[in-house]
Amino acid sequence: MERIPVLRMGSLLLITIQVDMHDKLALQLQDDVTNRIADWGSRGVLIDISSLEIVDSFIGRMLANIAAMSRVLGAETVVVGMQPAVAITLVELGMSLPGVRTALSVEAGMELLYGAGAGFRTGSDDERAEA
Amino acid sequence: MSEQKRETLPLKNSNDVVLARQKVRQWAMELHFTLVDQTKLVTAASELARNTLDHGKGGSMTIEQTRVGERMGLRLTFEDQGPGIPDVETALRDGFTTGNGMGLGLGGSKRLVNEFSIDSALGKGTRVTVVRWK
Amino acid sequence: MSDLAEIISRNEDQIRAEWIRDMSKSTQRADLISKTELDEQCGTLLKAVIAGLRSKDSGNIRSDGWAQAREFLEGISASRARQGFSPTEVATFVLSLKQPLFGVIRHDLAKNQDQLFELLWTATELLDGLALVTTESFSTTREHLILRQQQELLELSTPVVKLWEGVLALPIIGTLDSERTQVVMENLLQTVVSTNSRFAIIDITGVPTVDTLVAQHLLKTITAARLMGAECIISGVRPQIAQTIVHLGINLEDVMTRASLADAFGLALQMSGRAVVRKAVSAAESRGILAGPITKQES
Repeated sequence: MERIPVLRMGSLLLITIQVDMHDKLALQLQDDVTNRIADWGSRGVLIDISSLEIVDSFIGRMLANIAAMSRVLGAETVVVGMQPAVAITLVELGMSLPGVRTALSVEAGMELLYGAGAGFRTGSDDERAEA
Repeated sequence: MSEQKRETLPLKNSNDVVLARQKVRQWAMELHFTLVDQTKLVTAASELARNTLDHGKGGSMTIEQTRVGERMGLRLTFEDQGPGIPDVETALRDGFTTGNGMGLGLGGSKRLVNEFSIDSALGKGTRVTVVRWK
Repeated sequence: MSDLAEIISRNEDQIRAEWIRDMSKSTQRADLISKTELDEQCGTLLKAVIAGLRSKDSGNIRSDGWAQAREFLEGISASRARQGFSPTEVATFVLSLKQPLFGVIRHDLAKNQDQLFELLWTATELLDGLALVTTESFSTTREHLILRQQQELLELSTPVVKLWEGVLALPIIGTLDSERTQVVMENLLQTVVSTNSRFAIIDITGVPTVDTLVAQHLLKTITAARLMGAECIISGVRPQIAQTIVHLGINLEDVMTRASLADAFGLALQMSGRAVVRKAVSAAESRGILAGPITKQES
């Protein structure tokens, strides 16, 4: 059965969801993430949903569950790339995804997890400051 | 462009829910709904299709174009012969807590569409009809 | 009904010719529609009317048998509305069918006064009903046009401005109604993504009043932005609006607000780890212009 790949980058788990998930696939992902954290001692989980055009209550709960379970296992989760239409719809649905940290992009997510000094952001501030 | 103005899909397993979402997305795109309206309708369809499957023990979704004067819209009807909902009033109030509640999500879906009607009784199955106008 | 259908069918060409002749005398609008096109449209309508008269439930123009005629009329009414015809001109297209039709009915039923009267009545009711279909459709099309134009105006009148890397500002001027707020907010969120801006300042200095619905939309936008990973700051809240918000019982606990756009900008800079510093003063600035021009040695 197909699975959503969970990639490892040091202490980070990187997941990019690009398919329209059916429920079993979502549950499988929850399982895989928790197992990997346990296997590799990961400290961070980054879930990229920039390709997801629909997040319904089931997927929303999956994201909240992953965040909660990961935290219990000692890892922090950041969800990145939520599309505006998806955000607007989630608000209308009444889902606020408590306990789920979010960021606009993968870089921003990395910064959130590892700190601004970790050098993920390409700084354009310096160019402007000298004006 | 789908030639028929009406189509019915079975909702028998979780893959059917995905197919139903894709079908609704396709029809909404053809009618040139805005992206936000498309997303709202497809999400509502996903919620209701899942309800039909999980609570209604399987059923069907019918999608059709509808029109009042110049205004075009899409009507989705979800039907099942399952146990039915004894207290529709309560189910419509937000039945799910964010987290682990297994509420029906009907209240949420209602806010995503323009028209919403539900017909259900204990032992009589359930039919939910929603309309989203362009 | 089928009697009427027969009469029209038998005399179709004659009716059509007279109809077009009558129209050219009054409202043909050759500038907007060609004779050939008009002729075609008359032909199509006549055939649709005949079909409707022969259908089941022919007395009800809302029934399925009349769908073809209705759709045709809605179509040409909509296109004429867009072309610039007046509603009267559009309705006259249908109503001017009366004279040739009545003429033909009178001729065919001259010997039977009762049936003559009955059919005249049926025909007039029918044509009035169809004329009303065009008027309704005309109205609806115009409404849609206005709505679309309003939307475009909205998007143009509320630009999203980039204040700095990662900081956007949305200065809103004028009254916010429910629809405008939605359009504006969607636009803001889209710009947040496209510019990768973590902060969005919504300035409402130019907004005279806020009602519950608008406040709810604003709150929803702030929640949606947060879900995406961005933060909104509301600035320019005037005392009256602050009072309204409290009176309406709107909860702004989770929302960052500042009195002025400048304050909000300062906050956004601070929250993104930046500061504005005064640079070292140059030699010329420290002396002032009264001290005279700078010599080569001093510069």
